[in-house]
Amino acid sequence: MEKEQKFDETIRMGLEIVKETEEDRLMTLSVGPQHPGSGHFRFTIKVDGDYIVYCDPDPGYVHRGEEKMCEYRNFIQNIPHLERPVIHDSTNITYSYSLAVEELANIKVPLRGQYIRALASELNRQVYTLYWLGIYGIFLGHSTMFMWPLGDRELFIDLLEALTGARVTHAFNIPGGVRNDMPEGFEERCLRQVAYFEKRLAEYEDIFYNNPLFRQRTEGVGILTKEDAIKLGVTGSVLRASGIPFDVRKAEPYDIYNEIDFKIQYMKSGDSYARSMVPFLDMKESCNIIRELLDKMPKSGEVRAKLQPNPKGPAGESYKRVESGRGALGYYIVSDGTPKPYRVKLSVGSFRNMLALPFLLIGSKLADMPSIYWSLNYWPVEADR
Amino acid sequence: MDSDQSKTQNNSEQKKSSSDSTQTSISKKTESVTPEFEGSLINQIVTRFSDKLVQVIYVRPGRTKILVPPNEIVQVASFIKDRLGFDHAESVSGTDYPNDNQIEVIYHLSSYSDDKLSSQILALTTRVDRNESRMPTLINIFKSAEYHERETFEMLGVYFEGHPRNERFLLPEDWADIPPLRKEFRIKGR
Amino acid sequence: MIKDLVNPTNFNLLVGKLGDVLIRALDLPLGYAINWGRIWSLWPVHLETACCSVEFGAASGPRYDVERFGIIEAFGSLRQCDLIVVQGTVTRKMAPRLRMVYDQMPDPKYVIAMGACAITGGLYIDSYNVLPGVDGIIPVDVYVPGCPPRPETLIQGCMLLQEKIKRSKIR
Repeated sequence: MEKEQKFDETIRMGLEIVKETEEDRLMTLSVGPQHPGSGHFRFTIKVDGDYIVYCDPDPGYVHRGEEKMCEYRNFIQNIPHLERPVIHDSTNITYSYSLAVEELANIKVPLRGQYIRALASELNRQVYTLYWLGIYGIFLGHSTMFMWPLGDRELFIDLLEALTGARVTHAFNIPGGVRNDMPEGFEERCLRQVAYFEKRLAEYEDIFYNNPLFRQRTEGVGILTKEDAIKLGVTGSVLRASGIPFDVRKAEPYDIYNEIDFKIQYMKSGDSYARSMVPFLDMKESCNIIRELLDKMPKSGEVRAKLQPNPKGPAGESYKRVESGRGALGYYIVSDGTPKPYRVKLSVGSFRNMLALPFLLIGSKLADMPSIYWSLNYWPVEADR
Repeated sequence: MDSDQSKTQNNSEQKKSSSDSTQTSISKKTESVTPEFEGSLINQIVTRFSDKLVQVIYVRPGRTKILVPPNEIVQVASFIKDRLGFDHAESVSGTDYPNDNQIEVIYHLSSYSDDKLSSQILALTTRVDRNESRMPTLINIFKSAEYHERETFEMLGVYFEGHPRNERFLLPEDWADIPPLRKEFRIKGR
Repeated sequence: MIKDLVNPTNFNLLVGKLGDVLIRALDLPLGYAINWGRIWSLWPVHLETACCSVEFGAASGPRYDVERFGIIEAFGSLRQCDLIVVQGTVTRKMAPRLRMVYDQMPDPKYVIAMGACAITGGLYIDSYNVLPGVDGIIPVDVYVPGCPPRPETLIQGCMLLQEKIKRSKIR
């Protein structure tokens, strides 16, 4: 009896010594701007052992005040600094701006200009998605998948450099069309490049998407159901990976996209694997779109509408959106009749997808963090504008 | 597609018909053809809530805009979500009108689940006073507006009652100036 | 004579003179060797400041392979790095973090300011949140202009830094 009591005493004392409170178990990590796995973005997470229980994103490290700067420049002077949020997808972010300004100032774009705009937009989509895929590879430690997309991306950048004159920040789209026409022999080069790239895409599928380690790290991880995707208002490839076939090019065709026949690529599972597969399928479909565009393009014509030096329109407002690499990119422009806009608001896909980050991270393991975070197709510079 | 051509036609007609009106006046739809589907959407809202509460600003192909007072916005938003089928907010932003002494907060709403509404964007707007800018939040109805409302708070100073975090988001931690998107905030040198 | 040499004061003087001769003889080749080691293994910190990071990433790609110069951007800890490439605009929010990262790097450390925004503020000079140039907070060794600079320009900037290191005295 005495022995039992003593035993209980010891156990009770031992438990009191090592008793840990709820507060002691949580550890706060700051996945900050200087981190190999975060980019120019910081989020604070609290981990309980191996599970994440709290996540708070902290953007703003690249907030340069784009919207305020737009109010001090003309409609055309806004193009160079508005394409800097995503410099490697710069055609799409200025495409939507040009569409909105054309509606405000009532400018008609010639047909060949519309085709060239769409062609540059598709080429840029490939360039962006390949960079995203490369960084995804290196986040998961697959350095071959960093080298291969970056190498193939250089070939597309060569095409864009022949077309526009610059590697990444093209300043090619302006309200009224594009700046210059295609050079000689561009179409053959483009078709050859697209044929080569389709062969390479088959190799990507082999080495990356059928890799058992990659599949284990991304299948079943960070599942976003269809209802949650609609409720959170995500966009782009994140939305299409959760089973909703929505693409702005089909829902609300702008320019000549109503004459192009393509299928929306979507998957139903909603996990990280689907979110990494949908941009890959988009790239495959983009190759077909490029071929069709080159086929249907009018052989000659103007590419730019003749404008006054300071185009302006009557007071009004306009909201236009375009499907970029990250999702629907919308511009809300208010004009008050002067050549400078009164208010420009960008609604970017990255900012909307950021809402899914705490939602998906809470409850998942710490080791799954890079594969969830980068699969949300989040580019920090664009979200901060 | 027809809507594209009719959109440009409609726009040119509206631009010709409306005079040099500033944002405060309602543009009159005199000669242009009101699109039917969008008109029917707006009619449902106007018949449910009276004409005094809901002001229709414009009805264009694909884009519509209504103006409601700040204390009624929650009811109108829940009607739009439950009956009409708009399910998420594409963007939430604010525009500063110092001439009217008001700030206009505008919610662009769209739909993923309904096919006919997927190309429609309904702009639900309200005007709050510039000095006493408070309005109820809509995140209980449209959860996708959460971060956008927080950004509108820090950029324009509009306080959303009921929002869990009316805090600074994108600006640096030691920001001690007025909200930057207000018109009296001049950037350096201009 | 030998008693003279082993005298303490003389012995000290002799050792001192020998030491001087040795240092002057070895300083040059040792300096070359150490500088050669530093030049061909500049490891940059993984801190991306703004949009020029895309061109820095492209420079690590297979076409403009910057790894053949020893610049491998794959290290988690910044206590092992000796190069910081300020890639683009530095905002007021990022500036204290940049300074903290610079302070934590061990000596000798070098700074490359890449892009027009890091040199003077560039396109965003009149924004409310942007620092006009990064040389107000950290000392810069090489300025690489461009918006964004091509990867070849960045490599030329690295080679200029290598020339600068070659000519410097070791400490």
